[in-house]
Amino acid sequence: MTDLLGQSSVREATTDELWAITTKIDVTPTVVHPPDELWAPAGPNGRPPARTTLPVRPSPGTSPPAQRPIGKISRNELLMMFGAMLSSLSITMLVFGRLAALSGRFGFVVLWFVMFVVIYGLLISMVDNRPAVVDRVMATLLTAATAIAGIAVLSVILNTFWEGRSALAKWNFYTQDMSAAGPLDPISVGGISHAIVGTLIIIGLSMIFSVPLALVCAVYLTETRGKITEFVRSVVTAMTALPSIVAGLFIFATWVLILGQERSGIAAAFAVSIMMLPIIIRSADVVLRLVPGNLREASAALGAPQYRTVWHVVLPTARPGLATSVILGVARGIGETAPVLLVSGITGTMNTNPLANPMMSLPLATFQFVRTPVEAQQARGFATAAVLMILVLILFAVARILGGRQAGQLSKRQRRKAVSRSTHDMARIEAADHERYVSALDASAAASSPTPSTPPPPSSSSSSSPPPPPPPSAPSAGSSS
Amino acid sequence: MSVTFLPERTETESPIEARELATRRGIGDRVFFRGAGASGFVVLTIMGAVGVFLTWEAVQALSASGFSFITTSEWLPDASGAGFGIAAVMPFTILIAFIAVAVATPIAIGTALFITEVAPTWLRSSLISMVDLMAAVPSVVYGLWGAFLLQNQVVGLSRWLNTWFGWFPLFSVSGADPNSPLSTATVYTASSFIAGIVVAMMVMPIQCSVMREVFSQVPIGEREGAFALGSTRWGMISVVSLPFGRGGMIGGTMLGLGRALGETIAVVLIISPRFDFTIQALEAGSNSVSSLIATRYSEATGFELSALMAAGLALFAITLVVNFIASYFVARSRSGAGSEA
Repeated sequence: MTDLLGQSSVREATTDELWAITTKIDVTPTVVHPPDELWAPAGPNGRPPARTTLPVRPSPGTSPPAQRPIGKISRNELLMMFGAMLSSLSITMLVFGRLAALSGRFGFVVLWFVMFVVIYGLLISMVDNRPAVVDRVMATLLTAATAIAGIAVLSVILNTFWEGRSALAKWNFYTQDMSAAGPLDPISVGGISHAIVGTLIIIGLSMIFSVPLALVCAVYLTETRGKITEFVRSVVTAMTALPSIVAGLFIFATWVLILGQERSGIAAAFAVSIMMLPIIIRSADVVLRLVPGNLREASAALGAPQYRTVWHVVLPTARPGLATSVILGVARGIGETAPVLLVSGITGTMNTNPLANPMMSLPLATFQFVRTPVEAQQARGFATAAVLMILVLILFAVARILGGRQAGQLSKRQRRKAVSRSTHDMARIEAADHERYVSALDASAAASSPTPSTPPPPSSSSSSSPPPPPPPSAPSAGSSS
Repeated sequence: MSVTFLPERTETESPIEARELATRRGIGDRVFFRGAGASGFVVLTIMGAVGVFLTWEAVQALSASGFSFITTSEWLPDASGAGFGIAAVMPFTILIAFIAVAVATPIAIGTALFITEVAPTWLRSSLISMVDLMAAVPSVVYGLWGAFLLQNQVVGLSRWLNTWFGWFPLFSVSGADPNSPLSTATVYTASSFIAGIVVAMMVMPIQCSVMREVFSQVPIGEREGAFALGSTRWGMISVVSLPFGRGGMIGGTMLGLGRALGETIAVVLIISPRFDFTIQALEAGSNSVSSLIATRYSEATGFELSALMAAGLALFAITLVVNFIASYFVARSRSGAGSEA
């Protein structure tokens, strides 16, 4: 039965090679003495020659244990999985339908899964040893954890769109605001145009406030080392989990209470930027650290100061990743409800001036709609949440497209651009070299007119040849001791 | 046998001196470093200012209440005599956060390990973006999902837990009679447990991305060593990946805890507020500091506003401590430098 686990799944070259060695050991199980002519002659200093001793395996007849399959799923395993699934389903249906008359989808799924794990483990234990059983069971549990996460996020998204479908289908939902519609009006009246506009204004202002500062701070974290940098990094990490309500309270305390300004869109933008700042810094920091060190070193070796290295090498290389981190930060900021609730306030009318009067945002509108226990309002709430989700999904898709490329990998168009830039640079360098050569000729002609010295070689590339390498005058300090 | 050839040195040669390696920065670089340092300083200032201004605003209420701010359960800053304090809302906040972390951490560890160790390569990037998408879903959307869809599903689970594990204080529900067929489900709704599950969905992606980052940095040599010794995949995970990633796992969990403590809108949408703390998590009614602020601030006058600021300050202090412990663990782990929050 051992062949149930299939020996065909050799995957990694390293294990493959190791295995080949083991097999060889098995074929020649005795201590190997090379023939006499191959013995290395004893060295001049009389040391015995080197020899290799191979271990003796206890029973030469046995075949090596089966290769452990890692990663690949064999046909047998697939069949066992399928069988376990079927039998666990049958048992669960039996328990639910006949034996215990239980009910509830949730309990059904849980019992099915538990039965599956038990039966699958039993099946594996028939053909393999304990570690293999534990391995398969744990793999099942890990898969289940991922499945739970996937089902949760899917049900969140689908439920939002499904519950809001009635309002989403109405055109007026996107073009009108709620100033003319009361909570009891049907969904054919009123809409969320004020919240869409408000969200765009607030998030736009927040980006203006937070993105430049965040990117500069990320550059600071990656380009400098030391105790202060580490401290700033810890503070930023701690800030990523800053409660959004606290950010709202902070802006409320400073902007509204101390400075005496009124609640407005710009105050909400301040609060949202405080939330976005650490998120962008953290992910941009990670992206910038992925820039290959040899690019930085190459730039430094060419004599560029650090700021030019950052500007011309590090930032362009990390551009897609930076765009991704900005977009992910924006996606988080766009969904913040609590700070907007605190410092901007609820309104039903369109307000395009961020400096005065309350400004609505999509999450806040959602929150306000669903708190009214009226069917139309709840449909509006879900539809608003769906619009918000669409915005987030668009941002997310853009981030994926931009971030799919590794740092330093160029698209076709970018590569063409880089090539043409290099060609242009080459022409420029050659022109400069030629000019220098001509002026050097002129100078030498002027200095010693009767006997012109040997002109520099005409080749453009070597006209400004580096000084000859210094003779290897002294060995390095280490080797002399 | 090896012979080291020492270079011959002439007597006249002067002893070698170490070359000077100081960097003299140009004016451009100096400006650059000043500017970059200034940005770091601004970020530190913002963080400090949050604490300073909240304290400034909270002083009025704190000086009036004194020590009773920690021991009072009620929240009646305007009524005479009753006083106000966080003795109920803060334990509720912590209870919800702990339920969230207890639910989220196994899922986060499982998902992170699945992505790094089990999933086929073609699936990996899709799963990573799925987790990132979970992090980007607004909390109000999770709140809607929890209040309108999940609540009905979880009530059955709550009833089951109460029926079989009701002897355990966490799962007991006063007012519920599992033996009565006429008992209503309303004793199980709007509970800390349901709020905790919804918050778990929000903290899970944060934990997962930190853990995934750490697991993906497990040295390839150690992995292959375990496999070469005949380990199964789980054997490799348990002896190599989990010990290697311990710091990241603790840090990620704590980071999730910090996020869970501050979650506002989803909690507001689910719970029905109450001001007498109970450990009975399945029971209807709960509270949290942030939901208290979100629901009370609009009708708050000067003094109550100051009291709310004090509550916010307490929340800020607790999350700050938790987050600093978290970033300490992430940074101290063998691999933490590259982890993403």
